[in-house]
Amino acid sequence: MIPRPFEYHAPATVSEAISLLKNANDSKILAGGQSLVPLMKLRLVSPANIVDIGRIAGLRYIKRERNRLLIGSMAIHHDVATSSIINKKCKPLAEAASHIGDQQVRNRGTIGGTICYADPAADIPAVVVAMDAEFKVTGPFTERVVKARDFFQDIFTTDLRQDEILTEVRVPVLPPRSGGTYVKFERGVGDLAIVGVAAIVTLDNAGACKDVRLGLAGVGSTPIRATKAEDVLKGQKPSDALVAEAGEKAAEMSNPSSDIRGSAEYKREMVKVHVRKAIKQSLSRI
Amino acid sequence: MSSVKQIQLTINGQMYSGRAEPRTLLVHFLRDELGLTGTHIGCIVGKCGACSIVLNGKVVKSCLLFAMQAEGAEILTVEGLTKGSQLHPIQEAFWEQHGLQCGYCTPGMLLATYSLLQNNPSPSEKEIREGIAGNLCMCTGYVNIVKAVKAAAEKIAPAKKSSSTRR
Repeated sequence: MIPRPFEYHAPATVSEAISLLKNANDSKILAGGQSLVPLMKLRLVSPANIVDIGRIAGLRYIKRERNRLLIGSMAIHHDVATSSIINKKCKPLAEAASHIGDQQVRNRGTIGGTICYADPAADIPAVVVAMDAEFKVTGPFTERVVKARDFFQDIFTTDLRQDEILTEVRVPVLPPRSGGTYVKFERGVGDLAIVGVAAIVTLDNAGACKDVRLGLAGVGSTPIRATKAEDVLKGQKPSDALVAEAGEKAAEMSNPSSDIRGSAEYKREMVKVHVRKAIKQSLSRI
Repeated sequence: MSSVKQIQLTINGQMYSGRAEPRTLLVHFLRDELGLTGTHIGCIVGKCGACSIVLNGKVVKSCLLFAMQAEGAEILTVEGLTKGSQLHPIQEAFWEQHGLQCGYCTPGMLLATYSLLQNNPSPSEKEIREGIAGNLCMCTGYVNIVKAVKAAAEKIAPAKKSSSTRR
């Protein structure tokens, strides 16, 4: 269980890290390492150069800027789960972070790391896709902003280029008259989700759904935005029948595979159950 | 080939220095290079928590980071819990409540408990179970471990009041 040999670099700045990523052959970014280190020990990945961004100052922060929260990519899950501003203004994100791994993993694992690893069963990606978050990506010459929805391209595959670093996650705060949640259905604490559902519901003054956002984890090759399920409720007053129909549509949009966490058929049923649960819980929090 | 480097860090209040390759895991560095064998190796894939240590104030699994990442860090291992022959209140509680059988998982359990109680000095049973979720025990069945954590919280709580800044 010892990784293949590699060279270790600990740059002090983002630009130094980027030039290492650009110039060193076969390099990989090490953030919290809670997924990368196990993969290296199992020799599923064996990069020649490791660029540890854990010593770069100024990448670990959580702050509010007008109607959004800015989260440095090296903020650990424990920071996100326990942040009072995130708990107050974007509950689903704090909840998702609190469900990741165990306390040891949450003390090392980072928000940027889990997003860039892009495990489709991970919790945070489903939330950032539901929230329409954006990512600040820093490269050798320029900075760009990528929408969460465009970032996740396939299983373990993102829009990030070899010489780029995700430096900031920008999450809109929940609008007024909104409630949201992240429901994780798992075999046991510390495991990935069988199904995870991020939900945000916003009501108008008449009590109809002004906006509904649903993100699904674990049931496709990327986190899935269940738009057809959202459309069922938008403009409507929520009722049990409509919530159930939204569950059906979300299941239709999901494309799970059969694995140790259950058969595809079972997971689709679980999407229905947990989408209903997540919407009802969101409504109860408004 | 990868280059061996000298690493300096503080463990249990004492300066240590040793050599490691980039691929050397922190747990191997602690045990093999520095001879601190109180930190155990269970699964070595980050599931069992036997290798838990407190790194810069936060409990982590020392098989999930490289020794290089701990350069300059402050670490607490199980060896640092005792003061001379005086057991830490958490250790006393595990002893009194029979929170161990074979003892292999115990160093990790103690440090997970240490971290849990720092964040939450009087946890509920549910919070205790969540707090030690990253630590597997294959013999006691957890009932006495949970009791021990509860007892440890009660032992530490009165002392906390007088020194509330301890974090």
